[in-house]
Amino acid sequence: MPLVELTDVHKTFPAARGGTPVEAIRGVDLTVEAGEIVGIVGYSGAGKSTLVRLINALETTTSGSVRVGGREITGLKERELREVRLGIGMIFQQFNLFRSRTVWGNIAYPLEVAGVPTQEQNARISDLLHFVGLADKAHSHVDELSGGQKQRVGIARALATSPQLLLADESTSALDPETTQEVLALLRRVNRELGITIVVITHEMDVVRSLAHRVVVMEAGRIVEEGPVVQVLSDPQQPVTRRFVSTIVDDEPDAEALAALHARHDGRFVKLAFRGDDVRQSDVFAALLEHGVRFELVFGGIEEVQGETFGNLTLALDGDPAAVDAAVDAVRALVPTKELAR
Amino acid sequence: MTDTNMSQLWPLFWEAAWETLYIVAITLTLGGLLGLLLGLGLYVTRGGGLYASRPVNLVLNVLVNFFRPIPFVIFIAAVQPFARVVVGTGIGNPAIIFALTLAAAFGISRIVEQNLVTVDPGVIEAARSVGAGRARIVRTVVLPEALGPLVLGYTFAFVALVDMTAVAGVVGGGGLGNFALQYGFRQFDTVVTWTAVIAIVALVQVVQLAGNTTARRILRR
Repeated sequence: MPLVELTDVHKTFPAARGGTPVEAIRGVDLTVEAGEIVGIVGYSGAGKSTLVRLINALETTTSGSVRVGGREITGLKERELREVRLGIGMIFQQFNLFRSRTVWGNIAYPLEVAGVPTQEQNARISDLLHFVGLADKAHSHVDELSGGQKQRVGIARALATSPQLLLADESTSALDPETTQEVLALLRRVNRELGITIVVITHEMDVVRSLAHRVVVMEAGRIVEEGPVVQVLSDPQQPVTRRFVSTIVDDEPDAEALAALHARHDGRFVKLAFRGDDVRQSDVFAALLEHGVRFELVFGGIEEVQGETFGNLTLALDGDPAAVDAAVDAVRALVPTKELAR
Repeated sequence: MTDTNMSQLWPLFWEAAWETLYIVAITLTLGGLLGLLLGLGLYVTRGGGLYASRPVNLVLNVLVNFFRPIPFVIFIAAVQPFARVVVGTGIGNPAIIFALTLAAAFGISRIVEQNLVTVDPGVIEAARSVGAGRARIVRTVVLPEALGPLVLGYTFAFVALVDMTAVAGVVGGGGLGNFALQYGFRQFDTVVTWTAVIAIVALVQVVQLAGNTTARRILRR
């Protein structure tokens, strides 16, 4: 049984005065299995924030079914929804910590709401502070913390009631690159050591690459592409996915770069797509050399994601035109090859 | 500066000072509480609020907007019939306290509303996300998060109330303002007027300082 199961979910926000209703979610099916990390990617306004808020019922669906832990949560009463929310942690881009409370008080809040006895609260908070590495900051005020520390408090607060599921809404977008890595490492531990399922919303593909097992791409309220991270990164299908993937995996030079490269290099340009370990680069290069073709790598790179290697290389091929033709045919038999016209 | 009767007026001065203090204390407490409730009502019924309700919000807004702009000296006269019913008299300190409490409630409700809307909606969402109910969120998140600005707002209200008590004399109420007008201004006794002025300024300074200090401690700045 999936931990989260959305079936044909729609969400329309009523019109603001003088405006038109906003269809934020237009028919989404999504399942999240227990133990996995799912990355939801999309531009602002794609509906990803709304989508996760349907999972913990901060927003209610217009139509469709949302099941969490096998329980249908659409149509539940507010009091029952509060129980559901207790079992789902959430962290936020701006951390959303209570400034009127200390670090300790922030982590205590969900436990107070859940009615956990003080003694148990103390033990739990102490454990969580150690887990996120903030034991020495227990009695600090939120304003005294750095961004990374604040998000670690946010994570501890979200985990306080031992939820099965953690929702992360752009949880690293307000952090610098180094702190982002720290927080991502902590989230990986949350998943690996505590077995907590994580749904992470982001517009940063780096977050998906280093954290998620599976990626879901959203555009205009719909899921347009989904799959294992390696598969989507190495072979994106939709234009929006390609744009996202191109932020971390070089595809081919754009028109301007291509013109500049052509000005500096003679010969034909081909883009070779390496996927997985099926074809080795050395085989491809050997084929080129066999035909007496000189080549130069002018654009691209090779990525390693979760143990798999892939990437796109653009080569400038130089030599006798007939030999280059033969070489390109030989290469085409090995890897997907695309001619980049001048 | 000519002759002054100040030396004989000290007992009346102290009585007036005491009247100002207790009129302001009672109205700040009662009006402050009413204003807090009214302000909370305005805040939670706003669009997107915890108890969002357009009709209720509209009614509260109209109510506050109707009474708040009335100049206090006219407000006293306008609510005099109600004062007779509620406190049994239309004149003197009880009538002033009645009018001032009402006026304070409407004024303070806006101060409260303005301070509550500055609470980051994100922290309210965070509280909702851990399953906190609405009443609990108001009690444990909204009010504590806005406490610092609220203390400053109530300090401001205190100063405004001291200002408003000055016209208490129109219905026979007392206080430092009345003392200054009756024994200073009308007797051409500048020393008496200025004694009352200095006392009022000193009172305001002390309360403002206390408010600032408390707010700073709450905000930890």
